[in-house]
Amino acid sequence: MSISKRQFDAVVVGAGGSGLRAALQLAEANLKVAVLSKVFPTRSHTVAAQGGVAASLGNDGEDNWHWHMFDTVKGSDYLGDQDAIEFMCRKANEAVYELEHFGMPFDRTPDGKIYQRPFGGQTRNYGEGPVKRSCAAADRTGHAMLHTLYQRNLRAHTQFFVEWMALDLIRDAAGDVLGVVAMEMETGEVMILQAKATLLATGGAGRIYSASTNAFINTGDGLGMAARAGIPLEDMEFWQFHPTGVAGAGVLITEGVRGEGGFLLNKNGERFMERYAPTVKDLASRDVVSRAMATEIKEGRGAGKDGEYILLKLDHLGAEVIDKRLPGIREIAMKFANVDCTKDPIPVVPTCHYQMGGIPTNIHGQVYVPDAGGEKVVHGLYAAGECSCVSVHGANRLGTNSLLDLLVFGKSAAEQIIRDIGSEKAQKELPKDATDRPLARLARLDSATSGESVAEVGAEMRRTMQLHCGVFRFPDSLAEGVRKMLAVAERVKHTFIKDKSKVFNTARIEALELDNLVETAVASMISAAARQESRGSHDRSDFPNRDDVNWMKHTFWWKEGDRLEYKPVKLKPLTVESFQPKARVY
Amino acid sequence: MRFSIYRYNPDTDAAPRMQDYDIQLEPTDRMLLDALVRIKEHDDTLSLRRSCREGVCGSDAMNINGRNGLACITKLADVKEPVVIRPLPGLPVIRDLIVDMSQFFKQYHSVKPYLQNDTPEPEKERLQSPADREELNGLYECILCACCSTSCPSFWWNPDKFVGPAGLLQAYRFLADTRDEATSERLDNLEDPYRLFRCHSIMNCVDVCPKGLNPTRAIGKIKEMMIKRTV
Repeated sequence: MSISKRQFDAVVVGAGGSGLRAALQLAEANLKVAVLSKVFPTRSHTVAAQGGVAASLGNDGEDNWHWHMFDTVKGSDYLGDQDAIEFMCRKANEAVYELEHFGMPFDRTPDGKIYQRPFGGQTRNYGEGPVKRSCAAADRTGHAMLHTLYQRNLRAHTQFFVEWMALDLIRDAAGDVLGVVAMEMETGEVMILQAKATLLATGGAGRIYSASTNAFINTGDGLGMAARAGIPLEDMEFWQFHPTGVAGAGVLITEGVRGEGGFLLNKNGERFMERYAPTVKDLASRDVVSRAMATEIKEGRGAGKDGEYILLKLDHLGAEVIDKRLPGIREIAMKFANVDCTKDPIPVVPTCHYQMGGIPTNIHGQVYVPDAGGEKVVHGLYAAGECSCVSVHGANRLGTNSLLDLLVFGKSAAEQIIRDIGSEKAQKELPKDATDRPLARLARLDSATSGESVAEVGAEMRRTMQLHCGVFRFPDSLAEGVRKMLAVAERVKHTFIKDKSKVFNTARIEALELDNLVETAVASMISAAARQESRGSHDRSDFPNRDDVNWMKHTFWWKEGDRLEYKPVKLKPLTVESFQPKARVY
Repeated sequence: MRFSIYRYNPDTDAAPRMQDYDIQLEPTDRMLLDALVRIKEHDDTLSLRRSCREGVCGSDAMNINGRNGLACITKLADVKEPVVIRPLPGLPVIRDLIVDMSQFFKQYHSVKPYLQNDTPEPEKERLQSPADREELNGLYECILCACCSTSCPSFWWNPDKFVGPAGLLQAYRFLADTRDEATSERLDNLEDPYRLFRCHSIMNCVDVCPKGLNPTRAIGKIKEMMIKRTV
């Protein structure tokens, strides 16, 4: 089988917020860039982000980047690297103004500036009270941002490979990454895309859980590719459960509802967050709110027939505010909960939403592997956005910091690529085995005549994560989860698909996606079982407290041998004083 | 529940056919997309696009009982059995429910759907009054699902020449943006017997838009701008 080959300066895998922001920078620098996406770019999951993008513009009340930095460090439960957090918060205003200049249809204040709303964990003066920091386009900020970035890329003549799936990285004996092997979904054709720089911008893998706000396409493709290529995954035990997914459906209801003045009620009509977070109440960070909700449900104060959900009340905002600021929420509540939220509360439950961990990178988007306490850069490989771990979110991400992360680190990775490629004239020679692994994966699916269905094995993986690695975690359950997940990983090797066609074979795509999902799930279970403390989204019954003496460190999981390694959190920011760990109260 | 689904795989089929499925649904299956995913668990050869499953990505547009819509926000309780599902009309079928959308996107791209403004950028944001920003409501929310354009007879006849409702809605989104400076070039780009004027206000687009948008109204506004600049 002869495989065609094309050469580029840079290949960007993924066309969500970070991929498109990077691609724009690369295309405008006149690099030869290819952007691969499993879906048409505007269908990437950034489109579903609702509430806003954080930046301390101070358009409605005083704000500054240092307050934002403090909130992000505290929100991360002191697991975030403070150099990266300073970098992101300082770049935030520029990133948002740029987006506005690109044509982003932000809502406006009466004096014509970008509209900002409060969000969980975003405060003024180091925790005194909520601040308006989240720049919003109604409750469709991600949609507006993704379309704006795609449109700007059209202007820059970026070259897209739409409905192409990257299968595996090409890595040579020296450890350098030389591009990807990818498949065109429409024809089944496999091609080598050789590049001096490969940027993974493949998003999260929230589909490892049964109840998830994530799109079907969020299958951790970049994580799977990295793991198979011998690159570790960082902090995979930290999964964010968004407090307000529609009960039963999993569809996201933005925290912006609470930012605009909505609040949560238990079955007694009690505004219970006042007990858990006396200062900012419903605008505490997501891990805190989700745990409070799960506690209410566990202790029998949930609403609904079986006490299985919490109520999100917003009717008091009035139909006018809801239609102006939260029109998408009104639509979702009507469609997925049969509730007119201008009259009745929306039934919600904590739902898997965001992956704080990912492929280890520095602030320039360069992927590294831990090496004798330091960081050894993987030449030619970069990552940005949810698939990466830089780590600005640590053990818990603050709402609206994710869109900011995409913009800042998408651009920063592209700038590093431009610097790196400047000195590099020729492509390196491809290794002989460049296509061996992806072709073997495809050949197995083509030739298998029997085996388990992809849907069944996938369902078992999702159930296992849901049951053993949820909001509350227990030692025996974690250990059992690890055993079950290793068994699932074994079963994934023996899946079978009936569809053997070359043309738009979505059964094959789903089988290949499961390969990636299961790497993520194994990494998550093993990392979670090993972390003996409670921090951010990781809450263990047997170790109920944060342990800054032994566990202020990042986890690295290596696929080979399921090995774990740790590296201390970077407490030293770029220019300012460190924020020392303190008890986390909201 | 009973479904009749359009099947065609150029690899194996001489011609398209309709295939019937009788499927036992779970209580949690509320939307048509849930049912299609359930069917695919039994027959993995059924091909369709889907992603966000909440009506914002625009992947799973299809023709449902004769009407274009998104499977993920079409309630099973609201559709008559057997549910007849076909690919979006008027575009070449790649396989099953997957159509070739190149022509649709080509028309979208042809309106230069990006902000054009050569004035040096200010240090902060460009100012825009809330009233001016409101002009973009009902326009920027488009998800490019193609339900509208593929229900438009004018687009069926001239997909290569008529921009179609989705593209024109976006053309107006930039004409209506006070920050955009290319009004005259944008109107020139549409001044042609086909590109804009093939719209005969049939309003199928308005009828099917899953986001409740009104391309016909936007097209009317562009026509008004055309007339205004000639007098």
